Amino acid sequence: MRLSLVLAVLLWLIVILIDVLQLLAIRSDLDLGIRAEIPRLIEALFYVFIVIYYRFKISNVESGNFVDLLWRVFATGLVTTIISLIFRLFYSSIDGTALANNEFLITALYDINKALISVFLISTFTVWKRLILYQKSKRLVFYWNTFEAGLMLSILFNLTGYNLQSHLWFQILFVALGGMSIVLSGNLKWVAYLNFKQKWKSILLILLIIIYIFYFFSYLYTPPEESLAFLQDIDSLFLIVLFTFLTFYSIFSLLVILFNLPTSSVFEQKMEEAINFQRLSQSIQQGENEDEIFDVLLTSSMSAVYADAGWIEINSHDKESKFIAKHISREKINQVKEHTHRAKSRTVMKNPFSSDKDSERVLITLKKSTYRSVFIVPITVKSNVVGFMYLLNEVTDGFNKEMINIINTFASQASVSVENFRLMGEAIENERYKEELNIAKSVQRALLPEQLDHNDAFQIHAFTEAAAEVGGDYYDTFKLSDTKFAIVIGDVSGKGTSAAFHMSQMKGIFQSLVQLDLSPKEFLIHANTALSKCLERTSFITLTYYIIDTEKREIEYARAGHCPTLYYDKQKKEADFFQNKGLGLGIMRNDSYKNFIEVNKISFNKEDILVLYTDGISEATNSEKDEFGFERMKSLLEKNAHYDPVMIQKVFISKLYEFCERKDLDDDYTIVVIKFK
Amino acid sequence: MLTIDKQNENHFLLIHVSGEADASSSIHLDKAIRDAMDEGMPQILIDCTNLNYISSAGLGVFMSYIEEINQKSISFIIFGLSEKVLKVFGILGLDQLLTIKKDKEEAIETLNAV
Repeated sequence: MRLSLVLAVLLWLIVILIDVLQLLAIRSDLDLGIRAEIPRLIEALFYVFIVIYYRFKISNVESGNFVDLLWRVFATGLVTTIISLIFRLFYSSIDGTALANNEFLITALYDINKALISVFLISTFTVWKRLILYQKSKRLVFYWNTFEAGLMLSILFNLTGYNLQSHLWFQILFVALGGMSIVLSGNLKWVAYLNFKQKWKSILLILLIIIYIFYFFSYLYTPPEESLAFLQDIDSLFLIVLFTFLTFYSIFSLLVILFNLPTSSVFEQKMEEAINFQRLSQSIQQGENEDEIFDVLLTSSMSAVYADAGWIEINSHDKESKFIAKHISREKINQVKEHTHRAKSRTVMKNPFSSDKDSERVLITLKKSTYRSVFIVPITVKSNVVGFMYLLNEVTDGFNKEMINIINTFASQASVSVENFRLMGEAIENERYKEELNIAKSVQRALLPEQLDHNDAFQIHAFTEAAAEVGGDYYDTFKLSDTKFAIVIGDVSGKGTSAAFHMSQMKGIFQSLVQLDLSPKEFLIHANTALSKCLERTSFITLTYYIIDTEKREIEYARAGHCPTLYYDKQKKEADFFQNKGLGLGIMRNDSYKNFIEVNKISFNKEDILVLYTDGISEATNSEKDEFGFERMKSLLEKNAHYDPVMIQKVFISKLYEFCERKDLDDDYTIVVIKFK
Repeated sequence: MLTIDKQNENHFLLIHVSGEADASSSIHLDKAIRDAMDEGMPQILIDCTNLNYISSAGLGVFMSYIEEINQKSISFIIFGLSEKVLKVFGILGLDQLLTIKKDKEEAIETLNAV
């Protein structure tokens, strides 16, 4: 950028030098051998560098700051004019002296002036380009590029040495480029974005710029007074097209701005409305609360309709109505409300989406009040009217159709914002609950044993899955001695959170009672007593309690209403369910519970298998409402009895999923497999 | 879905229960029995012929009235249980605490015998 400026200055110095030298040569009848094209070529290069320089310089200015751009043009013009005037002053001061007739001085000064003027023209051109291409379309860009390319080529055209007055080609090209510049001058969209003050500034600046352009034109092309010609030879197509373009665009802009002045306040109002609208829709993102949204609504609505006062009244069921008021006291609000109730002159605008009387918008004309017109807009959230906005105007018929439309848009946008705000609150709340449930899940997971107590006499493996985050299935083990183990499986009625709480109570009861080394029957009686005091009336827990004695190779067990245990007898090569009586815990909440418990004892042999499970497995249903069922489980165990507990569990669960054709079962399901050695 | 239908017959109240008694629908079953109890009905028959499924919550409803039935000496008879539903009652041990009969005739016979 700087380089192109330095080069341009250097080039122009060369031009001056050549001009002066040529003058010298003519004086002394010498031929320097410099061809006429060379200074023209250097001049052309100068233009190119200046164009490049301004291209970069102007592109740095912030887009949309039009007055600033115009100010730059004005400043460049001012500097150029001042220098030019100084030269003129200097010239008139030496008028009559020999120096005044010094051709070298005249040439040099003329050249410097011309350079400055072309700098001004090019800088103005670049700014005008920015203005034209504000809000560009593809077609406009194409058109502009064609024009700019034509203009750049016209720099080269200067090399021909043709002039406007005597060459037809020059005239044709001038008319063509001039015509294009007039068409391009129609692009004045930027004017619309100026506010009233900016428009006045722009008018002033453009007016001065036009004066500069005319002054420079006359400086370059007006012949001395004694000359008969109307204009001097115009030898640069580039400069003359620039002059034409700049003049047209300046005049067009000036006129358009001038005619736009009276309507600019309307445009500003519209812009403000758009901004307010945006504020309303964005207000929730900035973490504002509902009151702030209503505040924005009231402020924007009041400024949009030039209301003198207004308030928003938000009704709530449990609390007193909330008021957000502007330029009006509570006392006055009550007065106005009373007036509106009595007013006869009211225009009701029905809400097309609701037949509710509350959702109607009402326009009221008051007679005996400071405020002559009142506009009442209901504020709805999720199709419920939550409040009303009152807008007051001191003149009658203060609200026109246009204003009413804007207010409606504002009100509905505010409703959307409030709705979104509430939804967001709910979403955050839900997220929190989810988080809590996840914590509950991991807490519950920890209630189930990670390591299952056992010795070399048997292998044990467990698998459990809850339908919701937390469930009511329970299993646990306890080492009573080196050869005696307590194992329990249970299922809490219901599912989800309430079941999970009861399951944790069961865990506590098991862990305390098991240490007493009770018989299975005693254990169940105590557990029933304990649970009777803490389970609600409709809840119960089913449980089976086993004591495995590996020394005696015996299993003693009692069933409290839990699913019958599946047992595989290796010798018979048969699986079957234990049939014995029992009653769920918490059903019989008195001493008679013991009458319902039966204790059984069996001895086990090598490779016998004990399968404990919950009804989530046996009662799992498929789409035809068939149950997975006892028969299926029996044959499944018989077929897979040669596997180890882990594999048996895997086969059971995969067959279960296959049967149900899905993995998300409706109930919690647990399976514990024990295989004896 | 659970449908509850109440019917007053001669000297007893007949409650028809049909559909599926799961955690949410059992509330209706509970309300029907509660109302009957509060009205002081001495003889209540529950017709479960069309009850396809009962969850632990549904069982919990029946279970919660056992004590009250015994205390107030109410004749509370369930009949028409399908094999599947009866099995669920059996596993839990509720069959030992509630009077369960095969069909309406048997239920009425039991009522008359008292």
